[in-house]
Amino acid sequence: MIAGISIYEILTVTSILFFIGIYGFITRKNLISILMSVELILNASVVNFVIINKYLYPDILQGVFFSIFIIAVAAAETALAIAIIINLYRQISSVEVKDTEIMKY
Amino acid sequence: MEKIIFYILAFIIIIFAIASVSSKKMLRSVIYLLFVLIGIAGIYFLIDYNFLAAIQLTVYAGGVIVLLIFSVMLVHHIELELELATVSKRILVGLTSLLGLVIFLTTIYTHEFNVVENTITTTTEDIGLGLLSYDVGGFILPFEVISILLLASMIGAIIIAKGTKLTNKKNDTV
Repeated sequence: MIAGISIYEILTVTSILFFIGIYGFITRKNLISILMSVELILNASVVNFVIINKYLYPDILQGVFFSIFIIAVAAAETALAIAIIINLYRQISSVEVKDTEIMKY
Repeated sequence: MEKIIFYILAFIIIIFAIASVSSKKMLRSVIYLLFVLIGIAGIYFLIDYNFLAAIQLTVYAGGVIVLLIFSVMLVHHIELELELATVSKRILVGLTSLLGLVIFLTTIYTHEFNVVENTITTTTEDIGLGLLSYDVGGFILPFEVISILLLASMIGAIIIAKGTKLTNKKNDTV
């Protein structure tokens, strides 16, 4: 644990990060920007897992395992989402949300 | 000393996260996200989880950011400016986020955490043994499932990104 830093301060930082991600997720109008906001939200939750493991249950490692799995799922999700975005761009020449209305195949 | 470093890291993370969701230029926004991710890796180093920090730096700062920059380069002109939401919508969403943040923080600060004072160092060996353990509390099954998931998503990404154009498809069916 970090000397002189309580768990409350770190949870405050991650909560702020989470809500910045939500703000971006709602206000952005571009598919890639929305994907970046999702990354922010996922990162905030990963830090929460790790911090709670380290401060409250230091002798087990479940939080670390869960954060590794979250990072793996996030990487898979990003790769797939970018593949979909590029394919969509080839079909409608735009990545704005308002132009995206042909997702059915 | 660690206190000062933590405050610097928290400052960097929050400032660059705000810059990342409000910047008008696409590529700059991705670079601000890179700074946020590196700051989070710094927090992992600070609480002594070196393996997680290395994963964060390689997977996020190395892989995800390169993918994002690559897709930005493919679909945008470099000087293209993003269109922003209307001012009233931004204020409304900001206020709603602020309300949610206040609810989160009141919940956190009214809860008593049983913090255990410790200086345990976790080695990579512990993480590897836990991931590959068959015993109660071992994670061998999720580990295998996640490897299958990564393989499936890789194949899926290749197939989707390879896809044919809509016009060609119409010609084929006619």
